[in-house]
Amino acid sequence: MDPLLIFIQGLNGLQLGVMLFLMAAGLTLVFGVMNLINLAHGSLYMMGAYLAATVQQRTGSFLLAVLLAIPLTTMLGMLVEVTALRRLYKRDHLDQVLATFALILFFNELVRIVWGPQAYFMAVPELFSGYFSILPGVSYPIFRLVIIGVGLAVALLLYLIVSRTRLGMLIRAGATNREMVGALGVNIQLLYTVVFGLGAALAGLAGIMAGPILSVEVGMGESIIILTFVVIVIGGIGSIRGALIASMLVGLADTFGRVLLPPALASMVIYVLMAGVLCWRPQGLFPAYG
Amino acid sequence: MAKLKFPRLQQLILLSVVVLLAFVPLFGDLFYLRLFTRIMIYAMVALSLDIILGYGGMVSFGHAAFFGLGAYTVGILARFGVASAFLAWPAAILVSVLLAAVIGAVSLRTGGVYFIMITLAFAQMLYYFFFSLDVYGGSDGMPMVARNTFAGLIDINRHTTFYYLVFGIMVLILFVALRLMQSRFGMVIQGIRDNERRMRSLGFATYRYKLVCFIISAAVAGLAGALIANQTLYVSPSFLHWTRSGDILIMVILGGMGSLVGPMLGALCLLLTEEVLSGYTEHWMIVLGPLLIVVVLFARHGIYGLLAGTKQSG
Amino acid sequence: MMVSTQIDLSIVRGEIHAVIGPNGAGKTTLLAQLAGELKPDAGLIEFMGQDISLLPVHKRSRLGIARSYQITSIFPGFSAVDNVALAVQAGNGHSFRFWRDARGYSAVREAAWKVLQRVGLEQRAQVRAGHLSHGEQRQLEIAMALATRPKLLLLDEPMAGMGAEESERMIATLRGLKGENTVLLVEHDMDAVFTLADRVTVLVYGRVIATGSVDQIRSDAAVRKAYLGDEGSALNYA
Repeated sequence: MDPLLIFIQGLNGLQLGVMLFLMAAGLTLVFGVMNLINLAHGSLYMMGAYLAATVQQRTGSFLLAVLLAIPLTTMLGMLVEVTALRRLYKRDHLDQVLATFALILFFNELVRIVWGPQAYFMAVPELFSGYFSILPGVSYPIFRLVIIGVGLAVALLLYLIVSRTRLGMLIRAGATNREMVGALGVNIQLLYTVVFGLGAALAGLAGIMAGPILSVEVGMGESIIILTFVVIVIGGIGSIRGALIASMLVGLADTFGRVLLPPALASMVIYVLMAGVLCWRPQGLFPAYG
Repeated sequence: MAKLKFPRLQQLILLSVVVLLAFVPLFGDLFYLRLFTRIMIYAMVALSLDIILGYGGMVSFGHAAFFGLGAYTVGILARFGVASAFLAWPAAILVSVLLAAVIGAVSLRTGGVYFIMITLAFAQMLYYFFFSLDVYGGSDGMPMVARNTFAGLIDINRHTTFYYLVFGIMVLILFVALRLMQSRFGMVIQGIRDNERRMRSLGFATYRYKLVCFIISAAVAGLAGALIANQTLYVSPSFLHWTRSGDILIMVILGGMGSLVGPMLGALCLLLTEEVLSGYTEHWMIVLGPLLIVVVLFARHGIYGLLAGTKQSG
Repeated sequence: MMVSTQIDLSIVRGEIHAVIGPNGAGKTTLLAQLAGELKPDAGLIEFMGQDISLLPVHKRSRLGIARSYQITSIFPGFSAVDNVALAVQAGNGHSFRFWRDARGYSAVREAAWKVLQRVGLEQRAQVRAGHLSHGEQRQLEIAMALATRPKLLLLDEPMAGMGAEESERMIATLRGLKGENTVLLVEHDMDAVFTLADRVTVLVYGRVIATGSVDQIRSDAAVRKAYLGDEGSALNYA
């Protein structure tokens, strides 16, 4: 294989990886702190994309789309947490799976009613629309580089939040000992809502960035949520570090699989990767518990 | 048969539903005949999921995979001219069993949330596999020319004949499943559901029992898949899609898991509701979604639990 | 975390061997390691001349090591007799039997009834285990362990949370095991320990500080220090 092609595909894999990380970080945080498995995390991604697409269409500004869609998705996430998901924390995982599955059905239908069944296409913002020559003779879409940059920046920011701030301290404490955080006199309900909002914001951001490179359509959340599950299963549920490493692994494996293998086999690569990791480590690479 | 003791109510529901279903073809309407054939096939899938979910406590979110595998096996064999049900249907079961052995062996090494996500992921893997398998229709799926043959014994291209065949298989499977759950194997499976740690300290190699249970359940789903391919004369990746797994899961919960009969009622109710609601609005999902949340949150034991008026274990 | 730092313990066939020690001494950990639920970091566990250090739980159980749990561990949805029958079934060949009614195996049923009688629960056989009183559930717990016909019985605080009357009954049950079964008994109730045990081992901070007959232990200086002395002196053993 041509080393240049490897390099380009490596960037593509990295780009898919950071998108997956944005999704996986939120999902794994919510699981770690609230012990909630949220299938509807992909719906927030979809809502982020639709909201951004709408704002961009109305105003023509991608920046405005980002500035509006992220807080809106965050608020939507918090609203869902307060009205529905809050009641599920003490329920078993089966109940959580069913209820959040129902939420997916609800959101998909809501989108069909509000935006119609046809797919939307977001324009790549003008500032990032060109190509950048990374090496002499090799150019790469700037927007994809921006995605990688934003993703890595968010990863760093998350790391700082979790390791340096009071919120991060509570998140870490919550993941190890839920009762203790309550006993410390922390407003645990508020903490949960904030953590869920943070997850929603990350999902919304991922959705917005996916808008210009994929089509914005009903069901877009589901295709990414399954990949995200693979990521957090490989990384170890509840571990942000695991999510980061696993999302890169999955992003690269999927991208290279599609280049090297016939389509039917390529679609199976990451699942084989997952099976392999699980045979070796049933709790994932970085198990957060025990 | 008389030796087995099923709860009285279960017997009663069972009997009335079976009798009612037996008379559906007498009303002669093709629409209802086809609808109820489909319902019975899904009732079998729901029952098969109940074996691992309700009795074994294994929350699989990928059950549609085995259903779809059964359907594809029949469809692909038909492409190669194998039309005999005596070959195609056992093959459908075999393929589901083999895949279940592999998927189960990996997923059962884990538990809890991991198990949910892994079964979901594997099912989706098979979905994408068939989705990108252009030789067999890829994302569009592929038609079957005719229903399977029975060496001239019966002709299931006749809707009534097919209906009664499906009906017979369903009743047989229900009977076998009821016995299975009262057998020593069934006791072990339910023991593992209630307290796996204790089962291990009593000396049971729980992993093996769970794996066999998983495989049995997949075999039934595979057979149901073979039936649905004959019903629709069309196989497509949508049979394996994860929302289908979700639907089956909902049938089980809605009907009341751990009762075998309940999930079959769940299939009946869900498919009938779908039929009725979709007549009123194309956006019926927006009604069903919140409705499901309510059922999950408040009526834990499903339809069967409501009818029985008692809380079951599990 | 290393709980049982160094334990050198051998149990003689047919004895009731009690393990006592203050909270956090590592008694439950010791049982979990013997049963195979926890893997020891180092060291050797030998059972009837065979190294079982690496065997999984169910294989040790098949060899004849049964246990009861400190926190009652039964099948609440099963009737009492079905709980015990399941335990009998475990020692009665494999259970890949898919057709015949599990309740139709008369040998299994009879064995289950006998064990229930032994712990005095035969009147309550058909009651759902979840509906039994706490004391009865503790008895059932013992019955399940007995039903696997163990060569070594590991009992983790069988008297936990019991009233005086229930304790009496449990002591009577355990006394009935004397001579027939080999028992490793972890218990806080000193009266029970001194009544039942043939030998006693004292565990403090993961170390054995004394092993001997009831009388020897009662008069052992180190034991008195660990139990009666202030916390400071007990810490010396850590």
